Amino acid sequence: MKKIENAAQLEAYRSQCAAERDPDRAMIAVCTGTGCQAHGCDKVVDLMRAELKSAGLADKVEVKTTGCHGYCEKGPLAVVRPEGILYQRVKEKNVADIVSQTIAKGEVLDKLLFFDPTTKERIKLEKDVPFYKLQERLVFGDNGYIDPTSIEDYLAIGGYKALQKALTEMTPDQVLAEVSEAGLRGRGGGGFATGRKWESAKKVAGEIKYVICNADEGDPGAYMDRSLLEGNPHAIVEGMMIGAFTIGATDGYVYVRNEYPQAVRNLQCAINRARELGLLGDNILGSGFNFDIHISKGGGAFVCGESSALIASIEGEVGEPRAKHIHMAESGLWGKPTVLNNVETWANVPLIINRGAAWYRGIGTAGSTGTKIFSLVGKVKNTGLVEVPMGISLRKIIFDIGGGITKNRAFKAVQTGGPSGGCIPEAHLDMPVDFDALTELGSMMGSGGMIVMDDQTCMVDVAKYFVAFLKGESCGKCTTCREGLQRMHEILVKITEGKGTMADLALLEEMAPVIQQGSMCGLGKTAPNPVLSTLRYFRDEYLAHINDKQCPAGVCKALMAS
Amino acid sequence: MSAERLSREVAALYDNNPANIIAMLQEMQNRNKNRYLPRPELEALAACLAVPVAKVYRIATFFKAFNLEPKGEHMVSLCVGTACHVRGAAKILTALEGELGIADGGTTSDLKFSIETVNCVGACALGPVAVINEEYFGELEAEMLPEILNRFR
Repeated sequence: MKKIENAAQLEAYRSQCAAERDPDRAMIAVCTGTGCQAHGCDKVVDLMRAELKSAGLADKVEVKTTGCHGYCEKGPLAVVRPEGILYQRVKEKNVADIVSQTIAKGEVLDKLLFFDPTTKERIKLEKDVPFYKLQERLVFGDNGYIDPTSIEDYLAIGGYKALQKALTEMTPDQVLAEVSEAGLRGRGGGGFATGRKWESAKKVAGEIKYVICNADEGDPGAYMDRSLLEGNPHAIVEGMMIGAFTIGATDGYVYVRNEYPQAVRNLQCAINRARELGLLGDNILGSGFNFDIHISKGGGAFVCGESSALIASIEGEVGEPRAKHIHMAESGLWGKPTVLNNVETWANVPLIINRGAAWYRGIGTAGSTGTKIFSLVGKVKNTGLVEVPMGISLRKIIFDIGGGITKNRAFKAVQTGGPSGGCIPEAHLDMPVDFDALTELGSMMGSGGMIVMDDQTCMVDVAKYFVAFLKGESCGKCTTCREGLQRMHEILVKITEGKGTMADLALLEEMAPVIQQGSMCGLGKTAPNPVLSTLRYFRDEYLAHINDKQCPAGVCKALMAS
Repeated sequence: MSAERLSREVAALYDNNPANIIAMLQEMQNRNKNRYLPRPELEALAACLAVPVAKVYRIATFFKAFNLEPKGEHMVSLCVGTACHVRGAAKILTALEGELGIADGGTTSDLKFSIETVNCVGACALGPVAVINEEYFGELEAEMLPEILNRFR
């Protein structure tokens, strides 16, 4: 394939790709995300291809291996298009029936359809299943339609249109205005205004600037970035290119966890294909814009999700954060102006350019626009990835989309914001989910992990768990974080062993602000959150451990015998 | 291959640029049969890049991905991330340790298995989950372990 040199050629190639992919053609889209792989989707795919071949249907029906569809609980998932029939928990033994009944005769296999426990009915179409119905999958939805290793698939659904528009019809100032006006805020946790970040880096004069994609998804319980990287890598590449064009960057880095080998492979494949087509490289689309993307693999340190630690790691140093007063926009990677955004933030950019700031502002709340992908996990029936408009209530997410608590037990708390987020009790479930509301509740948006806990979860144990995690991940640079978390952990261990006193509670509360104020980076500044939020909402559980020497949830082993 | 030759080869892959030490160490560890970084290799890489051994050692000990001790042929990575924790990963760890007769972080004497606990493998919907040689085993229960491990024995 010859390189694409201008917008007209890109347009022509896109039309060609779209024409070769008739949306009315029969296709079975099988999810090959990590969840479905663990459920054995690879064998299902092989068998499906073999069955279609022996039925003489291989030319008429395509088996498309896609990234994660989100409904991991029910995997392996297969969607029969164009009808959009969702088959769940597809096993090898079901494949012959799918081909001979559904594909050959158009008959639906009831037993593989979703069963709605409330209405006791089987639901045929993916879009009608409650888990999907209440979502608004603007960023994540394309995962179910494209093969992530095919740039042609991405082009066929309108890929690189936003890039084309930015490079050929807009100035960097206009792109910046659009992103600022859209109100996009960082999806990685901070919630900082993306437009402001870009503007600062754009203003600084300099020949060399960088854009970085933070794909060091370290929050336990969050895996949306992984699923985007694996399932739709071109959206991230396109977003980074638009950001680079805006601020005047020539190189981009994706800092990705080494624990995500499939994400690295799919992203590398996307970058290679974009280079082959001339979408990355010199003089992109004849606009004079030069840009390329490199992958940097992380070494497994949670603190490297912090921007300055991440940059140190790309530079080949240990991942220790630096003081915040040195702004990334002026002196970032190798001392050059740098914009760093999270995977999901970058993936939102093409949407904004394609459909406009006004449209984007129409989704979500005034202060938090657009959608957010959450990973709904823990003790909830429908675990998986859900994309919802900002401002939806926690209750809707957990009970309507998530289907409620596993085994219909009692809800106790939902933990948001990663290890340094907070636990939110039942009383606040009707709060709208946005950046500011969650902070008000003593938690935070974080990267979007939502871990549901039931009455069998001990909140003191949960606090101990998070502090142990953060203690292990503290880089050790700031004394308050290094030593403070160590002491907090010792106290929490004492309490869970039934040896705690009321003075210990007071000490925890005294130490928290010291750690928050005395630590340099986000890790230390937010590390006491799990302790503070559990003390705020579940103080009675601490008291039961201290005064009654009992663990109400029956988790803490030392207190079980009594 | 000698430590010197290996480090020269790997360093050249990454432009002999000390900024790429992390990638070089990853490559060296991947090539090692027991997925670890022997001391002579760390020293050889430092010499090759003309940086102090302390710099290489500091990186090799800061990041969790690097091992300074030999690991077993099969790495059993048990996720103890939050989602797995609330679904009982601690019980699975105890059972796993019992089954293999080694503690978290340990390696069997025949260098067949190692156990490590990891913070999140990004497969939260399947919790508790373990990864063995890039293969995912989800919705684990203690009783399932012998059969799973037997496949690798």
